[in-house]
Amino acid sequence: MDSSIDIQILDQALSIDQCYDYVIHESCGGICLFVGTVRNHNKGEDVKYLEFESYKSMAIKEIHKICLIAKEQFHTQSIAVHHRLGHVEITEKAVIIAVSTVHRKNAFQACEFIIDKLKKTVPIWKREFLENGSYWVNATP
Amino acid sequence: MKVLCFGIARDIAGASEIKITTEEVQSVSQLRRYLEEQFPKFQSINQYMVAINEAYAEDTTEIKSSDHIAIIPPVSGG
Repeated sequence: MDSSIDIQILDQALSIDQCYDYVIHESCGGICLFVGTVRNHNKGEDVKYLEFESYKSMAIKEIHKICLIAKEQFHTQSIAVHHRLGHVEITEKAVIIAVSTVHRKNAFQACEFIIDKLKKTVPIWKREFLENGSYWVNATP
Repeated sequence: MKVLCFGIARDIAGASEIKITTEEVQSVSQLRRYLEEQFPKFQSINQYMVAINEAYAEDTTEIKSSDHIAIIPPVSGG
């Protein structure tokens, strides 16, 4: 694992402070934080809560690959990616991405790059619980 | 060989791990064929991937019985 990258997949509430503190650096003029939160609706249905599961060992490797590309492309100083597992209530944090860079533009771009890639390739699955039942998001046509 | 199942794949297989004893499964495409025969609902989900030793594999990738194999249905993290 690259020493400027912190990846955690956690069963407990995520900490913005922990991610922020990890990436703060005296050479950097910008820190960008993205926080993905659980919303109360999707596709016209009321969502009650979510459950996340992951193939944890592979998920950490895949997030690490994404972070290494971001480091190369956007010259990041440090990156923290924390993702939640298990039962997550509405408004709780599902994912935090924190990036520090010398200048702000790279921090914004790296943050967006990482969340977009994470959603495509990292083996983490979201089950949405509605009023009447539940389903795996993206699983069926 | 053992195959880990996550998300909707676990629901379809009815277990988080399935054991395959047949010698017929020696590549990812043969694994797909086997799964879709044993559990026809695999044909009804969106494109799923197969991971070998914690990395995405191609259909032509060979499988050894000692490999760590996992079914990766469409991901939805974040």
